[in-house]
Amino acid sequence: MSAKKAQKAKETKKAKKEKEDGLIRFTINGQPVQAREGWTVLETARQYGIEIPTLCFHPAVQPMGSCRLCVVEARQNGFSRVVASCISPVQAGVAVLTHSEEVQNVRRWVLEMLLAACPASKQIRELAKEYGVTSTRFTVEHPEDACPRCGLCVRACDEVVGVRAISLGNRGIFKEVTAPYHQRSTDCIRCGTCLYVCPTGAMEQLFPQVSSE
Amino acid sequence: MERINNVADLEALRESLHAAHDPERPVVRVCLGPGCLAKGANKVSQAFRAVIKAKKIEASLQPLIKETGCHGFCSQGTLVNLDPFDLFYVQVKPEDAEEIVENTLLKGQAVERLLYGENGTRYRSSSEVPFYQMQQKIVLRNAGVIDPLKIEDALMAGAYASLAKALTTMTPEKIIDVIEASGLRGRGGGGFPTGRKWRIAAANARKNPGSVYVVGNGDEGDPGAFMDRTLMEGDPHAVLEGMIIGAYALGSNQGYIYVRMEYPLAIRHLTLAIEQARAMGLLGRNILDTGFDFDIQINRGAGAFVCGEETALIASLEGRAGEPIPRPPYPAEKGLWGRPTIINNVETWANVPCIIEKGPDWYASLGVPHSTGTKVFSLVGKVKNSGLIEVPMGITLGQIVDEIGGGVPGQDRFKAVQTGGPSGGCIPYELKDTPVDYDSLSKVGSIMGSGGMIVMDQRDCVVDVARYFLQFLEEESCGKCLPCRLGLKSMLEFLDRFAKGQGSQEDIGELHSLARAIMKGSLCALGGTAPNPILTTVKYFEDEYLAHVVEHKCPGGVCRDLITYSIDPEICNGCGLCIRNCPQECISGEKKKSHTIDASACIRCGQCMDVCPVDAVMVA
Repeated sequence: MSAKKAQKAKETKKAKKEKEDGLIRFTINGQPVQAREGWTVLETARQYGIEIPTLCFHPAVQPMGSCRLCVVEARQNGFSRVVASCISPVQAGVAVLTHSEEVQNVRRWVLEMLLAACPASKQIRELAKEYGVTSTRFTVEHPEDACPRCGLCVRACDEVVGVRAISLGNRGIFKEVTAPYHQRSTDCIRCGTCLYVCPTGAMEQLFPQVSSE
Repeated sequence: MERINNVADLEALRESLHAAHDPERPVVRVCLGPGCLAKGANKVSQAFRAVIKAKKIEASLQPLIKETGCHGFCSQGTLVNLDPFDLFYVQVKPEDAEEIVENTLLKGQAVERLLYGENGTRYRSSSEVPFYQMQQKIVLRNAGVIDPLKIEDALMAGAYASLAKALTTMTPEKIIDVIEASGLRGRGGGGFPTGRKWRIAAANARKNPGSVYVVGNGDEGDPGAFMDRTLMEGDPHAVLEGMIIGAYALGSNQGYIYVRMEYPLAIRHLTLAIEQARAMGLLGRNILDTGFDFDIQINRGAGAFVCGEETALIASLEGRAGEPIPRPPYPAEKGLWGRPTIINNVETWANVPCIIEKGPDWYASLGVPHSTGTKVFSLVGKVKNSGLIEVPMGITLGQIVDEIGGGVPGQDRFKAVQTGGPSGGCIPYELKDTPVDYDSLSKVGSIMGSGGMIVMDQRDCVVDVARYFLQFLEEESCGKCLPCRLGLKSMLEFLDRFAKGQGSQEDIGELHSLARAIMKGSLCALGGTAPNPILTTVKYFEDEYLAHVVEHKCPGGVCRDLITYSIDPEICNGCGLCIRNCPQECISGEKKKSHTIDASACIRCGQCMDVCPVDAVMVA
């Protein structure tokens, strides 16, 4: 058998194997990776120990894609898109870049804005520092604020505890984590799940305002 | 109103309506579009009725007063068209009614002073007026012609004939083929090929049998835009007919029209149109005896701009907070109540009956390849002839502003045009030969959007314009994703500093980088396109940004911290008007002698400049 033929046979064998095992193959930062159907890019990256920062993600609840720190660049067929990896299903053949220039630009700006929006959060300061963001140019309006309004607490209360004691109220820049009518919730069972999942420590301040008495 | 049982009934009714209409009988069409209403068009039509009643004209000869939708030429309102004389009167006041009835309706003579005049020429018919000459009305074919409250009027204009054709001679598959071949693209802003969207939804519906929904998006919210409003108010049946045809093509039995609460007249007209269509059997069970059932419900939006985004619109329809969710899955796959759903802008729907009637080749021959057909724009801002226009795609920006719009009053050229609303881009005069189609606009950094077109002149400041749009979007952001919620606010902080003359040249670059981060990082198109005004103004007017931060000057004379008002002693005639109007009382001077402004007390409101009869007030 000629070398060419052998090569071809090898390739068909490989293709057959790929077809049979049902795994989706693509690359992250050039490294070939395999994922199961239905996985997200973030899940795959974590499986391989590839670091992608997140704030609003928690494996126990449905991803929401709101903090946008987990953005990655997905290149395929000459097109490039910046997508939130926590909600992007894996696609065969896509080249994912977790730290490209475009991605870092989004992350750094989000972190700098978060420093001004959540100045009281130690966790955000530390995360920002990891990405070289140590100060902010934007106005700090509420020095005591630590909440990025990512809604993780709200989703955990709903999906994990099944209580829905808290919700995201208001809109846009006025968005807030609150209980109905700005009163302490009567549905809250004081389980503390929201405190546990909060990525910025903001719930420690908010808990006495929203939890049941 | 009697039910129409089949196509023959429909055509018989149409014929009897035509037979009952005397072509010699005068018809007065008073425009009751948004612009004319604001100028008191209601009173004009009441005046006509009162005069005709007072004159005791014989019933069969009595002129018919029709309160129609928008005629388009809003800056000249109130507009009145008179048939069969083919006369077009502008700036009609209630007190003109008597003269019009007396001279035109009874004697057939034109009232010269009410005819539109431009450069010394007076035009009798609206078709001769330059504003209308380059236009081609397809979507707005009946707006301004029919009385939108009467389905009989719409029927006489040919409404529901395409529906009859589609239901009885075409298969659903054929309809989708025709729409796809026509090249029609979504008129709401995204520009997605409509036929392809329908095909995807139809395929998904086959794969996953069950309910399918069609939705008309009338949640128009751009500042300065009133295209959808005018269409829904002026010809609601065009939207309904398009939706029924679409529903048949997709096998849908339930449709929704999402209209913002701020459009009470549009809601009223649509509600009436739906009731009348239902009473005639054009909506409801067994439409035209074809066994096809379909009905439409109106949903009123609570005024959130983001609810024009399709996933947020679906959330709102389902009773949840109007927040977008990431796509895919697209609504054509998983939309309302998790079922395949087609959401098209009301303007897109209104195109459908025409395409069915005249065929895809005719439609594809209009406009340019990849952007076929016509597009409705609201032409506003610093332009002589502001109003609502419908033009074939591919017409240049300069043609729209200079030839249809009549150019900028008092200046020889415009400075820029903002297309596509707050998420669009600012296109400078130098690019006036840009064809207005989806692809050319996106090439220059703007978008087609839903069709807002705001013209700016030399007295507008691009920094201020960008600030204005950002303020709007900051308020309208739903706040779900961080780049949009915090980013719009942060970009605004940069611009606020520039408007005060603070910041540096590097800051302009930083703002550009932030704008890019928001464009790339946001969840939905609101955030994704919000930086467009900044990206385009920085690209095309960087010198103006530099003037603010380096020279601390506002070339447009708008940013209050950077301008001073003064009075030219050579021109001032000492009339004292500015003294009387100054809210700060900081202008002094004796009568008939030149006045002066005390710059330390001046708040730069510009009142003096507005009232000065001899243009002696200057700003620098």
